[in-house]
Amino acid sequence: MSVLEKINTDFATLFREGYSQLEQGCGAVMNGCRKEAFEKFVQLGGIPQKQEDYLYTDLLPVFNKDYRVVLKYIPQEVDMNETFRCAVTDLVTTPVLTVNGWWFDGNMVSEIPEEVVICSMREACIKYPDLLYKHYNRYAPAARKDGLVALNTAFAQDGIFVYVPDEVVLERPVQVINLLRANADLMGFQRNLVVVGKNARATVLVCDHTLSDHHFLMNNTTEVSLAQGAYLDYYQVQNQHLGASQVNSLFVSQQRKAVFDGNMVTLYGGLIRNNMYVALHEEGGECNLYGMYILDKNQVVDNFSYIDHIAPHCVSHEHFKGVMDDHSLANFSGYIRVRPDAQKTEAYQANNNLLLSEQARVNSKPQLMIDADDVKCSHGASVGQMDEEAMFYLRSRGIGPEEARMMLMFGFAHDIIRHVRLEPLRRKIDDLIDKRLRGELSKCYHCMMQCKKQE
Amino acid sequence: MLKIKNLHASVEGKEILKGVNLEINPGEVHAIMGPNGAGKSTLSSVLTGRERFEVTAGEIEFNGKNLLELPAEDRAREGIFMSFQYPVEIPGVSTVNFLKTAVNEIRKYHGLPSYPAADFLKMIREKMDLVGIDNKLLNRSLNEGFSGGEKKKNEIFQMAVLEPRLAILDETDSGLDIDALRIVANGVNKLKKPGNSTIVITHYQRLLDYIVPDVVHVLYDGRIVKTAGKELVGELEAKGYDWIKEEVAECK
Repeated sequence: MSVLEKINTDFATLFREGYSQLEQGCGAVMNGCRKEAFEKFVQLGGIPQKQEDYLYTDLLPVFNKDYRVVLKYIPQEVDMNETFRCAVTDLVTTPVLTVNGWWFDGNMVSEIPEEVVICSMREACIKYPDLLYKHYNRYAPAARKDGLVALNTAFAQDGIFVYVPDEVVLERPVQVINLLRANADLMGFQRNLVVVGKNARATVLVCDHTLSDHHFLMNNTTEVSLAQGAYLDYYQVQNQHLGASQVNSLFVSQQRKAVFDGNMVTLYGGLIRNNMYVALHEEGGECNLYGMYILDKNQVVDNFSYIDHIAPHCVSHEHFKGVMDDHSLANFSGYIRVRPDAQKTEAYQANNNLLLSEQARVNSKPQLMIDADDVKCSHGASVGQMDEEAMFYLRSRGIGPEEARMMLMFGFAHDIIRHVRLEPLRRKIDDLIDKRLRGELSKCYHCMMQCKKQE
Repeated sequence: MLKIKNLHASVEGKEILKGVNLEINPGEVHAIMGPNGAGKSTLSSVLTGRERFEVTAGEIEFNGKNLLELPAEDRAREGIFMSFQYPVEIPGVSTVNFLKTAVNEIRKYHGLPSYPAADFLKMIREKMDLVGIDNKLLNRSLNEGFSGGEKKKNEIFQMAVLEPRLAILDETDSGLDIDALRIVANGVNKLKKPGNSTIVITHYQRLLDYIVPDVVHVLYDGRIVKTAGKELVGELEAKGYDWIKEEVAECK
């Protein structure tokens, strides 16, 4: 039996034997999707291997490990709010923690507008079945060919649910802090749903961290629904140790004049695959998607995006930049689909990479499929080394070569980070990037284990 | 201050400077003029330590130190500043951060502590007033999206902040209209201190109407072929460079 077959068989066994446990405590909507999703996973061949959308990322080494999978919530013996402290102290947020994909039972959500809901997916599934029925697993199927998203739907039992009703402005950012903490290597699934009503506004900041130095493999899926005129400002900062891998899928569905701003910042981690699907269903939608990745050692970061212009008069901007050192590998794949009806579409995409070593690699792949004739679309990709002219300019002002290199790399990254609208967060991310580029541990958060584990 | 002896330099195997001799004393303003391709920019590149240029013979002494042994950043720290003909755009690095880093790196070299933040900003404001530069420029990315005039003004502003002992203005007048030229030249004049020296590299007379040189050199075919007082500027403007070329040819 090949490694792939073995992994797929293991998932089949786990699904069969764990099924009753999977269903426990989950509402009908989540449970109702499981079997079909698992069938789809099997149909698609299980873990993607040599498939077009995963061509440059070999998933087998991270999947081929003995992980524990925990199908029920295990109460933490310590108060996570004490164990973990966010270092962005001047940023006032509504923090909610997850542990290994589960809603932390010590979360206290306070000071949010009365009609807003922030709770666990399990709770939402039972308390708000209508909302769940309307939105759950309605957007994730956009990843038609991705078995890993189907696998999430089959196995996910918990996560974060955020609901901002029509016309409500949620001033304070919701900060979702995903913590990984275990006493053995662990695989987990997390499912989030963010529903923003008509003309409502919200900010969601997702921080991924590790609190123990085991191997982790997380499969996370987040669905976002933006009603007419809704606005979501979304940030994700991935800062885990090198033994923590994740497949992180984000699905955004936008109605008329809805605006989505997304920023993905990948600082540290093992293999990281980000899937970003955005569907512009009605006129006037706008999507701004930015990403920054900094890699060294043997890190692999794979950003895959699919911007679907279904309706006319929508705009999308996409810009990802990366700095790669040592033996690291970065992949970028940006799909822009302009459907026949989507006239007057504006879609722009760029991917720029800075290679610092001879061995670092990058695969950059724009894919534009345009079926409308009155559109403005552009894409550009670059891979380069440090600009010698710029280096000399800085040195001629008395700045040493090391510092000059740092400044140029920092400047390269800041071009993306400047889009972060939360000022304290922007300063913090700038600071983190500076430390990251200097090779200092990204120990901004009170996490003893940061980057401790070497692969 | 600066002594250049028999300097030969080449780029990509082609000899550009073929024995330059030049001596500049503290407080002097020297103009280096000459036709295109004479080696003017090569000379400034060699002085500032651009690695692409290979020095094949000769010496450069700056305040008693062998300049050719120093990397570019140390030359700057010793007090050499060049205003670039084409200042480089550096996205994502704000002008203020860039200057703070430069000032502190230079201070470190001289064994001084970092500039206290409040004092630094005060100093920056004074220099901005002196050069006539907009406050907004400080937080903008260095030179990014600046017009030609803004870039040159920014060079002079950097010069004001770094207070070099020897300033090299490399074709600072190129691409400037007359108003911008006047502003830039006024900035340079205001910054002039008794012990500091300036090299003005230029093609034309117009910048030298504002920055009046003590000594004028003509660089031609990799050598300084004529040295005189400021009256030479007018003569060159009136007669062009051909008569000098002819003189050189006759000498051969």
